[in-house]
Amino acid sequence: MIEVRNLTKHYRVHKRPPGLAAAVKSLFKREYTTVKAVDGITFAIKPGERVGFLGPNGAGKTTTLKTLAGLLHPSSGEVRVDGHVPQKREAEYLKKIMLVMGQKQQLLWDLPPAETFELNRAIYDVPRPDFVRRMKELSELLELGDLVNKPTRQLSLGERMKCELAAALVHGPKVLFLDEPTIGLDVSMQVVMRDFIRRYNETTGATLILTSHYMDDVAALCPRVIVIDKGTLSFDGALDVLVKQVRPDKRVTLRFSQPVTLEQVTPLGQVVRCEGAQAVLQVSHDQVNAVVGRALASLPVVDLNVENPPLEEVMSELFSRSRATREQAA
Amino acid sequence: MRALKALPALMRVGFVESLAYRAEMIVWVFATTMPLVMMVLWTAVAEAVPVVGGGGKAWGSTAFIAYFLCVFTVRQLISAWACWEMNYEVRQGTLAMRLLRPIHPILTYAVGNLAALPLRAGVTLPVVVLLLLTQAREHLTRDWRVWALFPFALFGGWLITFFANVAIGSLSLFMESSVKLMEVWLAAFFVFSGYLFPLDLFPDWLSAIARWLPFRYQIGLPVELMTGVHTLESALPLLLQQWAWAGALVVLALSVWSFGLRRFQAYGG
Repeated sequence: MIEVRNLTKHYRVHKRPPGLAAAVKSLFKREYTTVKAVDGITFAIKPGERVGFLGPNGAGKTTTLKTLAGLLHPSSGEVRVDGHVPQKREAEYLKKIMLVMGQKQQLLWDLPPAETFELNRAIYDVPRPDFVRRMKELSELLELGDLVNKPTRQLSLGERMKCELAAALVHGPKVLFLDEPTIGLDVSMQVVMRDFIRRYNETTGATLILTSHYMDDVAALCPRVIVIDKGTLSFDGALDVLVKQVRPDKRVTLRFSQPVTLEQVTPLGQVVRCEGAQAVLQVSHDQVNAVVGRALASLPVVDLNVENPPLEEVMSELFSRSRATREQAA
Repeated sequence: MRALKALPALMRVGFVESLAYRAEMIVWVFATTMPLVMMVLWTAVAEAVPVVGGGGKAWGSTAFIAYFLCVFTVRQLISAWACWEMNYEVRQGTLAMRLLRPIHPILTYAVGNLAALPLRAGVTLPVVVLLLLTQAREHLTRDWRVWALFPFALFGGWLITFFANVAIGSLSLFMESSVKLMEVWLAAFFVFSGYLFPLDLFPDWLSAIARWLPFRYQIGLPVELMTGVHTLESALPLLLQQWAWAGALVVLALSVWSFGLRRFQAYGG
């Protein structure tokens, strides 16, 4: 469905130090630097896959998504989405895709969302019965209700995002690019959006690429992740493989019937936290069984939980390792 | 074909949007009342001293009233503001949403601009037409054939205004903001279009230059048709020149847009 080969996107950026003198000087002589937003990445995505695009700020995620959506022309390399070259922006291609940006909106600000839905129906040439059926489904799944008849400017951020998503799906895109779709939303609204996105993928078989700084979005939606840092691809594979690769240890959370001391817990492994009747240990993957056995035998354990370290920590470690590698190379 | 099918919906939404912005629209109408100010000024001048144009035409106060009421009318109907929209959308990064739709973005700007004109015309024209008919009727052409050409001249004027907006607006894809360039265009437009004073009052050499520039075909030509300056025979070649300018600006605007998109860096996240 999506093939990207040696994609690069370089920007020429005007560089100017602060201050009046530098401003005047820049009138006569300008200095430019080349920013390598994307620097030779290659990957392929199959139809119906849900893929998370991860990376720190400025890694090149949004640039890649915009190139895939045909908004940016690549500096070099090849991009094909469902047989189309995105930068040609053929109408047939644009009918198959949609890019939802959490910080940008397509809803008409002063008119109710229903007007945008109707406009999109006309622009995407969706037959009226299909439109009515799809809007009914979207309305039920996203619980839109009367929201669609209130001016967009009077909707809350969460309400607006639900309507944005509905507007983006009026034409039933086969490929959905989601750039921070849950940004700024409260936790319950994030859950609603995630459920909806997963359901859309499962029922329509649409291919989905997601970027998000909320790791819960990625964990809930994307079995596969692609990690980009400074424009280069540093990982492409299953999320749990990434976690194991970066942090091969597990988190063991123990709850006790009575408070325990740090000294009682320390022999079991590296203590992350020990407060009252609860302790969290970091244990290497192959030691989990042994540690759990020792804990059950030596401490008043009433409950235990073994899980991977939080994804935020994994990503933070991954990015700091990349930074360190780059600094060493420099 | 799909674009044509979408036109009624685009037109309807554009009109409904213009209703939502009614306060802004009325402010904009007031901001374009300069011809009425110039009308008062030139009427006073004509009452104080004889004003004679390039061809020896005497400009009395009612001639100025007719001229500037026609200018005001034409100005309302040839308005376009795509340049400001494009600059705003490029800087805010919202142009991306327009580019994602399977319809040419310039068509959507065009329909959006055109859709706001009926409301604008509805607010201003009844008053102006009434004034024209009661105060300066004798200065309007009585040749129905010239009136038949008038809608074409008006649309030609709108095309020049709109595609000049698009050409300059598209420069924002290269240089982040092109609003200042539009202001330079507007300054030339005010002088050479006949907006502030009839081109007939220019010295011959300046008038000759003005007749070769596109600005005259935005306001001057439609007003000249309304005020009976031309016969059908003299109007037709001018109309051809006007449409040649419109065609040239279409090509220029589409080229700048197309090259600009390749350079577009989609600012704003």
